Amino acid sequence: MALLEVENLQTHFRAADGINRAVDGLNFHVNARETVAIVGESGCGKSVTAMSILRLIPEPPGKIAGAIRFDGRDLLTLSDREMRAIRGNEISMIFQEPMTSLNPVLTVGKQIGETLRLHQGMSSNQAEARAVEMLKLVGIPEPERRVREYPHQLSGGMRQRVMIAIALACNPKLLIADEPTTALDVTIQAQILDLMRDLKNTVGAAIVIITHDLGVVAEVAERVIVMYAGRKVEEAAVEKLFRNPRHPYTQGLLGSMPKLGSSLSGEETRLQEIPGLVPSLKRKIDGCVFASRCSYATDLCRTISPALEEKAEGHIAACHYAIKEAVAA
Amino acid sequence: MFAYVIRRILATIPVMAIVALFVFSLLYIAPGDPAAVIAGDQATPDDVERIRASLGLDRPYLVRFGAWVFDIIRGDLGVSIFTNLPVSLMIKQRIEPTLSLMLVTLILAISIAVPMGVVAAWKVGTWIDRAVMGFAVLGFSVPVFVVGYLLAYVFALQLDWLPVQGYTSISQGFGPWIENLILPAIALGSVYIALIARITRATMLEVLQQDYIRTARAKGAGQRSILFLHALKNAAVPIVTVIGIGIALLIGGAVVTESVFAIPGLGRLTVDAILRRDYPVIQGVILLFSFVYVLVNLGIDLLYTLFDPRIRY
Amino acid sequence: MASASVLSPGDVTPGSVKAAAPLPDIMPPVKARKGLWGYMYRNPAIAIGGTIVLAMILMAIFAPFLGTVDPTALAPARRTREPSAQYWFGTDMLGRDVYSRVVYGARVSLIVGFAVAFFSSVAGLTIGLISGFIRWADNIIMRIMDGLMSIPSILLAIALMALTRGSVGNVILAITVAEIPRVSRLVRGVVLSLREQPYVDAAIASGTRTPVIIWRHILPNTIAPMTVQATYVCASAMIVESILSFIGAGTPPIIPSWGNIMAEGRALWQVKPYIVFFPALFLSVTVLAVNLLGDGLRDALDPRMAKRI
Repeated sequence: MALLEVENLQTHFRAADGINRAVDGLNFHVNARETVAIVGESGCGKSVTAMSILRLIPEPPGKIAGAIRFDGRDLLTLSDREMRAIRGNEISMIFQEPMTSLNPVLTVGKQIGETLRLHQGMSSNQAEARAVEMLKLVGIPEPERRVREYPHQLSGGMRQRVMIAIALACNPKLLIADEPTTALDVTIQAQILDLMRDLKNTVGAAIVIITHDLGVVAEVAERVIVMYAGRKVEEAAVEKLFRNPRHPYTQGLLGSMPKLGSSLSGEETRLQEIPGLVPSLKRKIDGCVFASRCSYATDLCRTISPALEEKAEGHIAACHYAIKEAVAA
Repeated sequence: MFAYVIRRILATIPVMAIVALFVFSLLYIAPGDPAAVIAGDQATPDDVERIRASLGLDRPYLVRFGAWVFDIIRGDLGVSIFTNLPVSLMIKQRIEPTLSLMLVTLILAISIAVPMGVVAAWKVGTWIDRAVMGFAVLGFSVPVFVVGYLLAYVFALQLDWLPVQGYTSISQGFGPWIENLILPAIALGSVYIALIARITRATMLEVLQQDYIRTARAKGAGQRSILFLHALKNAAVPIVTVIGIGIALLIGGAVVTESVFAIPGLGRLTVDAILRRDYPVIQGVILLFSFVYVLVNLGIDLLYTLFDPRIRY
Repeated sequence: MASASVLSPGDVTPGSVKAAAPLPDIMPPVKARKGLWGYMYRNPAIAIGGTIVLAMILMAIFAPFLGTVDPTALAPARRTREPSAQYWFGTDMLGRDVYSRVVYGARVSLIVGFAVAFFSSVAGLTIGLISGFIRWADNIIMRIMDGLMSIPSILLAIALMALTRGSVGNVILAITVAEIPRVSRLVRGVVLSLREQPYVDAAIASGTRTPVIIWRHILPNTIAPMTVQATYVCASAMIVESILSFIGAGTPPIIPSWGNIMAEGRALWQVKPYIVFFPALFLSVTVLAVNLLGDGLRDALDPRMAKRI
């Protein structure tokens, strides 16, 4: 049994001018100790998916339907109190903006210690001692001094380290990282990714990493889920996806990525782009969600929404025209 | 830090000087002969001359102002035209009821309004939020004395739970003292509660949108901890600022509330002084209230560091 | 490099493809509301507040035709009658008809409210513009405004009234003086933030004269916040007028204003509460309506401003 099974997840938001179907019918699973990446443009529903798993979507205006089974329990049926016992303890989360994700009026130590006091019943002295250890673990120098400092006294990279320390303090089984490196300098990005990979092994957590950056995906993920307009359009192991993308959207994403050295090798250097815009999620879309931007789209695509099919072993895509290989049943 | 405190204190001096200059100059700004206006319609020319002399209006403006400021610094606020008592003495006799009323109102208002605003922000869009906001608009719209009469009519005259009017000094015991202050404090506090509840709600709404609140939720923090530990501390600076600015409403409202509930405080002194056109008393009270207001807000400025470690002096 | 070759040739027919399962709606649909009713549904505060304010204005204008009698006519024989079919709101201790006095009283309260809103806006705009554009004047003006703002506004109005004879004009003047600092500060704030805008910089750099800049760039942007502020000033002026009248420092007792009627009913409030009740009700409802209008305008004109006021 997988650690996390998301089944038919729908997260919708009520707005004044319609219902925003931010995530619509998403299915995926994450195995224990596995790293899965969810990729897509901004607005494709990847962050909403992450927030839905932890039930951090405000209801109303939002509503979550479907099933999110974690360790066999459907999180959507839990009470608020039971859900709180899971957040930060069994499932924890790292956010995109380290600059604003830490509370400016509480010390770093208090913020790390809070999780420990909440979930492990530590006293504030024990929690502070453990906070120092955590800071040491995430590679912050002079942890004894830093633990008493406020977030504004730390750099962006250090703050993201503190966020990781908070997230890992209770040894969670699942860590959800929502664009953990996007706001950071390139050199710091690499450090943070390395740190996450190292700590994953130490703690033994599974990771769901959410990103728009295919470079990050290639570096850390084992399996990739590509999302578009609130749905999964393709899923495969990372090498398969990069080598042999089946869905025109994934092909477009890879085509829009600059390749190192491509200008030296004399290859066509012009980056491809995906024409058009993501369709409004407030209208129900007939047919394939990508049809409006897809250069291969036919009338068939515009009328019948393609189901997710296994096009090759362990390689799922939702496209009528994607090449199918014989799948060993 | 210390240098900052000194600088801030020194910065209030020009403000106070302008207040003093303005309060003093009112007599000269007002159209017509102030002595005649103060003396009233039935006054004889002798009365007018007597008042002119006692206000020093027969002396040059700057000379008079200099002497007046010098007197104030020594604590001499002049002499009442009507009672011939020193204004400072009259203020001293009347200060306890007003101070009591304001203190009780302040405590009552903050302890009601802040939780009200927090809950409204938490339950934004629900009937609880609408009720709080409705109450706030109502608080801004019903004059203090109307609230006072309404409360007195229902809780004192009809239900007979509390005294209709009057004041008992705290030296007579806490029970009778507070009994007489509950209705006036609620009446006086109505606008103030509305103001604080509104700013608390607005600030909390903004704070609750912040990323660090999402972090706190993701950690598994409970609702109470999120509202009162994570959010309220971040919202404290604007709320405390408005509490300070709102003291002006309390001061203005006290003048009226004391009339409604027959509390012998500075407010009543002001109203009586106005009806008798006892200008030195009016000047003295306004000056006192304004200085208190400036000092309270100075104190609040200096307290900001307690709430927000990012503010450094 | 990904290319079209990855896609299979066109042997795909509607019968051969697998369609995705349809997705259910998990929320009831949003009803679209259009036209006047839709506007009122989205901005109930403007609709309700505006209607009541309009009704009060009409009442004040058409006071003589609303079944009123002379509001100042004394009738000692008919003193302190309870509300009845003949005297809808009863009579006061001088036998005057409270209903007529309340209807006519709307005139004073509304005139004071609107006049103070207008004059303090004009004065505040002027002072705010000067302060925002002339550096050396800014320092002096703002110190004076700080000083004025340290005097609680009701006390300031009281002090001014204590020195003048009670008249509607003086009440308006006194309350206006007390409100000017707030409006000036608002305008100055808007001017200073607009001056940072690139298009104003560009206008200054290209040698546009200051009056033109003010007319073209600054004034249009001050209208929205000024309108909202003027609404609040109007509401607060009506309250201050009633307070001034109530403590005997407002309009002369001969003119019926809501504050005056209450001031006169004061002595009898324990036994004849209706004399205070009716003007209080009208005043509160009117001020409430103006405040609602202000809140509605604030939300409708500038959602960002909603957070600041």
